[in-house]
Amino acid sequence: MSRDETYAKVMEIIGRYAKNKDALEGASEDTNILEDLKVNSARLVDVILDFEDEFDIEVADEDADAVNTVGDAVSLIEAKLG
Amino acid sequence: MTRRVVITGLGVVAPNAVGLGAYEMALRSGTSGIRRVPLLDELNFACRVAGVPQGVDELAERYFDEDELLAMNSSHRFGCIAAVDAWEDAGFERPSHDDDHVHWDAGAVIGTGIGGIDTIGERIVPLVDGGRVRRLGSTMVEQVMGSGVSARVSGLLALGNQVTANSSACSTGTEAIIEGAARIRGGLAERMLCGGTEGASHYIWAGFDSMRVLCRTHNDEPEKASRPLSASAGGFVPGSGAAILHLESLESAEERGARIYAEVLGGALNCGGHRSGGSMTAPNPVSVRRCIRQAIADARIEPGEVDLINGHLTATGADPNEVAAWVDALEATPETFPVIHSTKSMIGHGLGAAGALESVACILMLRGGFAHPSLNCEDVHPEIEAYAGSIPHEVREMPGLRTIIKSGFGFGDVNACVIFRRWAG
Repeated sequence: MSRDETYAKVMEIIGRYAKNKDALEGASEDTNILEDLKVNSARLVDVILDFEDEFDIEVADEDADAVNTVGDAVSLIEAKLG
Repeated sequence: MTRRVVITGLGVVAPNAVGLGAYEMALRSGTSGIRRVPLLDELNFACRVAGVPQGVDELAERYFDEDELLAMNSSHRFGCIAAVDAWEDAGFERPSHDDDHVHWDAGAVIGTGIGGIDTIGERIVPLVDGGRVRRLGSTMVEQVMGSGVSARVSGLLALGNQVTANSSACSTGTEAIIEGAARIRGGLAERMLCGGTEGASHYIWAGFDSMRVLCRTHNDEPEKASRPLSASAGGFVPGSGAAILHLESLESAEERGARIYAEVLGGALNCGGHRSGGSMTAPNPVSVRRCIRQAIADARIEPGEVDLINGHLTATGADPNEVAAWVDALEATPETFPVIHSTKSMIGHGLGAAGALESVACILMLRGGFAHPSLNCEDVHPEIEAYAGSIPHEVREMPGLRTIIKSGFGFGDVNACVIFRRWAG
């Protein structure tokens, strides 16, 4: 899977939880998930569970805690997929 | 401090209709919302019919964001749609997420009898017992906490006054109205969204089925299964849904020129203490009469002013006892007894939502000047035969309808009684 494909799937998942739909339009890998997209911080748990289901991976809590931007999420998933 | 409290908005998600216009039409025409539920066949329930609002998931997608829907079980969906409808019906707009204005003088009392047991049964128990707690995600607590629906509503509408959930079994919805009215009367709030919601779940209904209090005689004729006041009543039909009333101080309503449906004249709440024949599951007949009389005293009316009784009347063996209590408390004879009927004959027993669903029916009837039919009681119970003339089997036009008394009785021997009066301007 290319990085672009992973990015698209990540954005689709995060988009479910984003309160700022406008920021979703202009998002990039540098976009901050909580601050820019206004995802409720409690819902990060659900975003990670959705990543696990979508990509068939397991994400440890400490790895999840290091995800701040969309790019962080894409990199984490790429690393897990190998 | 005692202020007058009026009703300026309504929202309803009922088994026989969603939305006010459809609900009024269903009530007038005696449209049943009871249907066969195939899952109950599969699971060997004795009662295989229920009242479940139709088309709610499609509607919810129009009302709520995707992330909100992920955290909303059936009780949340019913309750939040009804609350948003009541808010808009009262003339207010839904605020956007990034508008920081809070309605400090508006709150909510939205109760539930059982709560998010579908989430517990479908998600929490299987995942936790399977050692997969981590997979529960972040939305479990808010879907099972008793105040989950009122909490969600406060966020949807930016409510800043007291936001809470009450629970008193089958009197919950009626109790919520009385509690919210008391807060406005006392000057602690200007507006309160009050009512109840109950999810549609076989896990809720199972305990009642095993108690043998659900109707098991009309599985093949669902619309005939809910038979309050009849000789052939054999138990209640489980229902679900939600209804919310937007209560408001008269001052606030007049100041903003709001459309007023009716006034909450008064009400009363009590418990029979499980004495004099009362128990966890049966009402103390003394406390029922006392509650009705207290409501009448609180409303400062005479018993003879009551035009219509919207009873608790579930279709168990308790219906004749309830009628006897009304006769005593209203000091009525067969000649003076008001019209009496049961909304449950159409929608089943909505448990924690029942009092609210039925109160919205009361307000629509006050406004429209009619009493809806009580279905399936052509064979009136012999113990109430003397009062049979008070039961409408077809819609009864009542242009002079002015005062309705509504009761809700619940497990735990708890009682609630509220009195509504048509707003004459």
